[in-house]
Order: sequence, then C-alpha cells, then structure tokens
Amino acid sequence: MNNSVQTIPEMKVIHDNPSSHRGAQWFALLSHGFTKQNAIVPSVLVADGEYENRACRLIAVVPDLNNHFPRAVNGEVGLLEGMALAREVNAVVEADAHSETKRALVLIVDVPSQAYGRREETLGIHQALASAVSAYANARQNGHPIIALLVGKAMSGAYLAHGYQANRIIALSDEGVMVHAMGKAAAARVTQRTEAELDQLAAENPPMAYDLKSYASLGLIDNLLQVESATQPTPSDKHSVEQAITDALLDIKPKDTGISRRLSGEHRQASRQVRDLLKAQWTGA
Amino acid sequence: MNSTMTTKDSSFIEQSARQRVKNVLDEGTMRELISPFDRITSPWLAKQGIVSQFDDGVVIARGTINGEQTVVAAIEGSFQGGSLGEVSGAKIAGALELAVEENENGNPMSAVLILETGGVRLQEANLGLAAIAEIQSAIVALRRHRPVVALVTGPVGCFGGMSISAALCSYIIMTREGRLGLNGPLVIEQEAGIAEYNASDRPFIWSVIGGKQRFESGLVDSYISDSQSSAREAVEQYLNQGVPTIHRSEKYSDLLEAFLRLDTQDHIAPHDAQQVLLEGVASHE
Repeated sequence: MNNSVQTIPEMKVIHDNPSSHRGAQWFALLSHGFTKQNAIVPSVLVADGEYENRACRLIAVVPDLNNHFPRAVNGEVGLLEGMALAREVNAVVEADAHSETKRALVLIVDVPSQAYGRREETLGIHQALASAVSAYANARQNGHPIIALLVGKAMSGAYLAHGYQANRIIALSDEGVMVHAMGKAAAARVTQRTEAELDQLAAENPPMAYDLKSYASLGLIDNLLQVESATQPTPSDKHSVEQAITDALLDIKPKDTGISRRLSGEHRQASRQVRDLLKAQWTGA
Repeated sequence: MNSTMTTKDSSFIEQSARQRVKNVLDEGTMRELISPFDRITSPWLAKQGIVSQFDDGVVIARGTINGEQTVVAAIEGSFQGGSLGEVSGAKIAGALELAVEENENGNPMSAVLILETGGVRLQEANLGLAAIAEIQSAIVALRRHRPVVALVTGPVGCFGGMSISAALCSYIIMTREGRLGLNGPLVIEQEAGIAEYNASDRPFIWSVIGGKQRFESGLVDSYISDSQSSAREAVEQYLNQGVPTIHRSEKYSDLLEAFLRLDTQDHIAPHDAQQVLLEGVASHE
C-alpha cells in the first residue's frame, strides 16, 4: 500500500492489515453533491442522490478507529456493520415498497475481512452478517438495482455481506483490488503451504489466484475498469466510474433481478454442467 | 456401513451425509440427483494432487417429508472438512434455484440443508465463495414460499460463509455437539491470538458457539438430542410450522441498539450474551 497518499494519521493499534482509506476516499468523491445521511454507526456511510435521474443510495463500510467493537476498527464488517447495512438497505426497500421505480443501491467495496474475535462469535456475528446479506438479496429480488464497485479488498464474509448480492460488479483495474476467501498469509497457515507454493498453485488454478485478471476469468466481474489512480483518483477517473455506474444502471432491466449471469464465466464450466444435470434429472425418468 | 444395523434411535451425527438425507425423508421417497454414478468431481482438486470424490462431498435428493415435496442437501463433513468448492457449491445452489422455480410455478417445495462444513474450500477459494453467495440468494428467494430448515449436528459444525447461509434459513436445528459460528476457532486464534480465542480449550469453544449456548441465546430454534428420530421429528415440526412471520435475519433493529449500549471493553460472558440477544429480538416476536 502506498502510504504517501494517506492524509489520515496512522493508527496506534498494531494489526496485520493497516486500514485502507480507499473506500472512504471514493465515497467522498462519488457522494459529492449527494445528501449525506446521519450514520447509525460511524463505519457505515450513506448518501442519497441520483445518476441520470435514477435515485440512488451510496453505501460504504469504512474504518472507524473508535469502533465500539475493538476488533472491527480497520473497516472489517462486524456485528454493528452487518446490522447497520441491513437497516440502511431495508429503509430504502420499505420507502419504495409502493413505487414503480425502485431506488438503486451503489456499494463502494473496500472491506479487508469480517471481524475476527471472541465478542463477535459470542454475539453471533454470522447472524449480523446474514441481516446484511438478506437485506441486499431482498432488495435485488424486489427490483432494486444493486451495483458493487470494488475499489480495494473484497474479502470473504465481508464481501458476502457487502457486495456479493449485487446485480453488477464493477472493479477498478488496480493491484490493490482483490477478491478472495482468505488473505494469502492466513491461507498459507491454514493449508500448511508457503505463500510461494500458493502462488504456484494459483498460476494453474484461477479460483485460487489473488490477481484480478484470474478472478475476472471466473465471470464474476462485469466491468474491469481502467483508472489512472485507484488511491488518488483524478477528475477523469471520477467521470469514468460514474459513467460505468450509469451504464450498469441502464443495463439492468426491471426483470433482471437474479445473479445467474455470473455463470457464463470462462472458468465456470463445472458450475454450468452441474446446473444442467440437476435440471435434466429434476423431474425423474 | 450395514444399514440393517441402524435402528430408529441410533446416532444421527455418526451417519454419513447420504444416510442423513435418507433419514429425514419419508421412507422410500429419496431420489438422489447427480449421484456418485454421474462422476461429477471437482475439476480443481485433481490439478492440485488431491483425491477427489464422485459426489464432491454433497448429497442432493428429492423426496417427501410428511408427504410434502422437499429437496434435501447434505454436506459430507468427512470429505475435505465439509468444505464447499465449485461443484459441491453448485449442487446446493442449483437445487435451491430449482426449488424456487417449482414454487413460482405453483408447486410448493421446501428445503432442508444438513450443514457440516468449514465453509469455502481454499483450493477452490473464489469459486466456493461465489457459490455461497448464490446459495444465499436462493435461500432468500425460496424462504418466501416455503421454509428452508437448517440442521447443524456436528461433528464438524457450520462455519464460514455457510454459517451466514444457516442464519438466513427459516429455522435452525442444532444438537449439543453442533457448533455454529462465522470464523472457525483455529482461524480466530491465528488471526487474533490465543488470549482472544483458545481453539484447543474445548469447553470454552462450546460455551461460546455450541448448540446449547446458541439455543439459549435464541440464535437457533431447537436443541435436540443426537438421535435419528429427534432429527427427523424436529425437521417435520418446522416444515409444518410453515414460513415464519419474520425471519431471524430481519430481527436486528433493536439488537443493534443493544449492542451499542453494551460494554465492549471486556469480553462478553456467554450468559450475558444470552440476555442481550434474547432481549434484542424479543420486541419482534
């Protein structure tokens, strides 16, 4: 990570993952001219505005050094974040229940992981994250277009809770943008391999790889967007991202409420084969 | 195993995934889809020198429970720790998607998920994670029509992204031996240190994420003894109850306030967690 661009003072806590400011930065940039909403928790930012006359809510999870839960200070999706996301999303679904046009949700994704800790497990963090997943899936299935904009890490349970239920996924083409089930160091410990061995395996197994190009080959990115700088976005970067969001919104038709388009990826043959076979065997001979 | 040796009241936990499925379905109604004879194995494990299995560790079957059409998915905990890869994940997602279609076509169909899983299979990382997002989307779509019941009995327990999937279900049934939590104990210990979470302290782990504690915290609906008849009876009971008025994943609003009021300086004792969690959801009942 490039520390020279950081304007926010470094944290005093020692952590594996220093917090990233990408999410907050892109939120500030894209919410310019939007109405900022009062935060339920400081780590979940919300602003309302519109793109091409389409009303839209912008949502980001960002680091909060004073997080009420000490293991969720670096932008992790924890207990509070999961439930606050659910509230912010469900508020839109309820408000638009009787409207013809459903408000769009644009998710800025820069989440290093779910929160790992005893407090979290004791209080059922899986249930809190389920509230967020449920809210997003419900919103999409009720006709709210959801776009995930990946500007940093999109890891594991955190990404499931904030991003993975989107109709469309846009990712900045940048080394710091990464989707994975587990960070490389942790994955090496768990699988009892070295990081070098993991890299070697990843070269032949795109689902294991940490680079965006391999990830895109799985069919899980709709738009891999070139920008001049993901950490210090230029006015033209802002314009490209807004254009990509608008294009995606126009592309999502009212009945396009599922996520089956993800199955068309180059390296998802088995996912398609399994579904075809299930369908063929479903009603029996 | 010789099936004539098992009586009605023998252990459910000791059964294989296939036997469990047979056990919860009405006698003689189980029809397995994509059985081992179809030989659909993981395309990724073989490339990494890992022996694959002809069902990729997931059993999918259609049948009836109390005469009602049901699709059952069971994860085999003894194969790769019950981890989900591309094929095993697609089997569950695809089966749930077809059950949604049945309901949309006016044919009621419920689902039972027998979960014995560490979450994403790291050898297929991003495809496991993607499949879990698809499973979650399908659960949210299906539970509008008919209940989706999760059964977590052990010995593996239910972790990772699939713990979020369980938390999306209409009902969760657990045994004392079952464990349900987002992050596996070893992963937390590695990420956060042994003082935070001592994975080898079994009584401690069960006091936090074990079936009894989860039941007494209201995070699951039922706490059963380990027998085939009690598993079967509990599944029947919850399918009979139909779709709950409010799903557990929607009961977060007051809980969020309660968590914000909680003293989080220290760890939260399991008994205190029970009180907070029960009071937090009580207003939704």
